[in-house]
Amino acid sequence: MMENLVIWPLAVHFFFSLILMFGWKNIKLQKNVTIIGNSVSLAVAIYLFINIYQNGTQTLAAGGWEAPFGIVFVSDLFAATLVLLTAISGFAVSIFTVVSVMNARLRFGFFSVYHFLLLGLNGAFLTGDIFNLYVWFEIIIISSFVLISIGGEKNQLEGAVKYFALNFMASMIFLTGLGLLYGLTGTLNMADLSVKIANLESRSLVDICAVLFFVGFGIKSAVFPLYFWLPASYHTPPSAVSAIFGGLLTKVGVYALIRVFTLIFIEDPFLQTFILAIAFFTIISGAFGALINNNLRKIFSYLIICHIGFIIGGLGVYTELALAGALFYLVHDIMVKTNIYLISGLIYRLKGNNNIKQLGNIYRDYPRLSVIIAVILFSLVGVPPLSGFWPKVSLFKAAFANANYWYIGALIFGSLITLIIAARIWSEVFWKNKDTEIPTRRFIQFDKLKNLQKAQFVVPIIVLAVISLYIGFGAQHVQELVSEIAHDLKNKRSYIDAVLNQE
Amino acid sequence: MEVVLAIITGILYAAGIYMMMRRSIVKLIIGVILFSNGVNLLIFLSGRLKKGKPPLIPGSSDVFIEAYTDPIPQALILTAIVISFGLQAFAIVLVKRAYKVLHTDDLDQLNTTDEDS
Repeated sequence: MMENLVIWPLAVHFFFSLILMFGWKNIKLQKNVTIIGNSVSLAVAIYLFINIYQNGTQTLAAGGWEAPFGIVFVSDLFAATLVLLTAISGFAVSIFTVVSVMNARLRFGFFSVYHFLLLGLNGAFLTGDIFNLYVWFEIIIISSFVLISIGGEKNQLEGAVKYFALNFMASMIFLTGLGLLYGLTGTLNMADLSVKIANLESRSLVDICAVLFFVGFGIKSAVFPLYFWLPASYHTPPSAVSAIFGGLLTKVGVYALIRVFTLIFIEDPFLQTFILAIAFFTIISGAFGALINNNLRKIFSYLIICHIGFIIGGLGVYTELALAGALFYLVHDIMVKTNIYLISGLIYRLKGNNNIKQLGNIYRDYPRLSVIIAVILFSLVGVPPLSGFWPKVSLFKAAFANANYWYIGALIFGSLITLIIAARIWSEVFWKNKDTEIPTRRFIQFDKLKNLQKAQFVVPIIVLAVISLYIGFGAQHVQELVSEIAHDLKNKRSYIDAVLNQE
Repeated sequence: MEVVLAIITGILYAAGIYMMMRRSIVKLIIGVILFSNGVNLLIFLSGRLKKGKPPLIPGSSDVFIEAYTDPIPQALILTAIVISFGLQAFAIVLVKRAYKVLHTDDLDQLNTTDEDS
């Protein structure tokens, strides 16, 4: 059983999504099963992470076909960390979903699709085969299409059309790059590709493949100028769905970018400049977009774009320190972005509105909740002891060492705008003296909920906040972890050896 | 034969992207279908065309001796066809629902989610 550990995060979600296909109408049962499923998956992810952290990379050849001929699953520290983060957010969001999403929506197999989405995410992190990565991406997007359009409201369908069109295009461009790469090298195993690409003569074709991969993953991770689907669609589904999308879906694109551009495509000055320029514009445009919007969830959508730029920039600088900073930011970002979407859902439940012009008085009415939310907003901004601060130290140091001053400027600008937005949200939503009209139709206000339901709203937010605090105050541990990952990414020998030179 | 298939691939890409950029949602679907077929052909071509050669190693040896057909691209295409078939089926249903609810098939009219609310 132990040698199959790598596949367990996938098996658990697959098992539970199949179970959940039965008894669609019995929502109470479905809710319980999904919470059990996510707890099990969290336990498995923690076990996998500890095991990988102590014993190093593990691989599993599917069906006993040795690499590079068969599909191989690889769990290095990078993958294991992201599987752990996925499990944590999946667990928190599932508790939130149970109470916040209307039963009318849950009746259409919501939880089954939710588990398939998490299955796809884990698969994308753990696979070592590039075509298999494409298949996992398709599983992710088709589940997300269902989750975004379930309920069938007007603006949901509209967002779904845009989301569908651009994500489909991204997949096809990725597949094109993949086909060309196979034609060039005759292999699909990522470790084997890494070896073979380095020995290829025709660099121009490799560069074309690299650009196709960048565009494909770039659309998925919402970088400039390919991000327009994100703010047009992420605020339309229920906030629990937005939380899992905002926390994880764009990050899987970033994961693929980091993986492919460290392992397969070797360092190239042109590509680095290109990525840095993209990062610069991503930060700037995301920041401006966040400034001009009034809908809370749209502001957060643009902040996602802005902060994706930070991570991509770290990849562009391409030193070990910069990669460590980018990875640290990725860890911090998954937790905080999931949490702020949950918070927007909570605010909607408190006041029945998500427009910051019409909100107000939350601090007066719910002081204790407001303090928790303030902590999250501060770590989003990166006020020193909290989690957003530490990755920026590494990013600044690395960018200064490489004299990437434009990127430094964009980092400062992006952080400043994030600060302004956090302050604006605080003063408009929490301090402003304005009583919001609470809708009466089809809306149950927070105070009228039972105690258990209130707990289900607040506990996931507190859990994620505690983890954010740990990332901030226990930065030493996370920094050690990401330094080790960055070291492995930069010296890809360990990954290649783990995959190709099995006993 | 390669040249003909390469030209067809190019035409499918161009037509697919052109149709995806039109304003009508139905044309978006047509574009999606053409585009995915273009990609499938491209993968097929990337495995090189060999006529009448089996992807098999003769029993008397351990390695490939003569030219063989690469089976992997065909397996990839099979997977890609199934996936894009599923996506297209979903897209058609989505577009039908969207048309019913929004009463328009003009993508330029679908701008309420971009407005501030």
